[in-house]
Amino acid sequence: MRIPILKLKDCLLVSIQWELDDQTALQFQEDLLKKIHETNARGVVIDITSIDFIDSFIAKVLGDVINMSRLMGAKVVITGIQPAVAITLVELGIRLDDVMTALDLEKGLEKLQQELGD
Amino acid sequence: MEIQSCVTILNEWDIVAARQLGRNVAKELGFGTVDQARITTAISELARNIYLYAGQGQLCIDRLNEQGKTGLRIIAIDEGPGIPDIRKVMEDGFSTSGGLGAGLPGVRRLMDDFNIDSNPGEGTDIRATKWLR
Repeated sequence: MRIPILKLKDCLLVSIQWELDDQTALQFQEDLLKKIHETNARGVVIDITSIDFIDSFIAKVLGDVINMSRLMGAKVVITGIQPAVAITLVELGIRLDDVMTALDLEKGLEKLQQELGD
Repeated sequence: MEIQSCVTILNEWDIVAARQLGRNVAKELGFGTVDQARITTAISELARNIYLYAGQGQLCIDRLNEQGKTGLRIIAIDEGPGIPDIRKVMEDGFSTSGGLGAGLPGVRRLMDDFNIDSNPGEGTDIRATKWLR
């Protein structure tokens, strides 16, 4: 199943609603970059409120897609990281350095607008 | 007393099946959401190691009840190439797959007890337990 990517003005909105398997995660990486290219989006919010765990593979895919988006000129904010996810990521030893995060979708959009200077 | 459930790991979908099994057992035993996430993540890492390095193996979940303590034990067994230098793979940041290198030291931090047994050419046996507090 593909993760839907919605366009809102010059931003893209993604809400990951179910547990990511490897294929879905990699497909999402490709889909998001294509969509940034098609829409000239300047910012992306990826909401992971529904995700209850992140392993090193998913963390790598997320980290990679953020760097790839940056190369294309789009800024990415991750929102809705659950307490259990934050705890396990740090214990696992995964650092998502330089990744913009916000508590929820609303704050994520605000942060993105500040970053983009609108 | 032990009740065991196993998933044979052959492909990426089996990794998903293994962590679903683990999460269900963790819930059933009464683990909270943070421990459920720790257990699910540990299973995902161990199952992925089997898939990446050994090609195939077994991931089993034991429900433990020892001296009034309830626990969940993850057993990851494969007959792959084995690990020549266990001390090295237990160092943070060591990875041969180009991943994030969270690997085994990360799994050890997520769980309470961790034991690894591996012989080159014979395979690897990893056991990690989380106790219900």
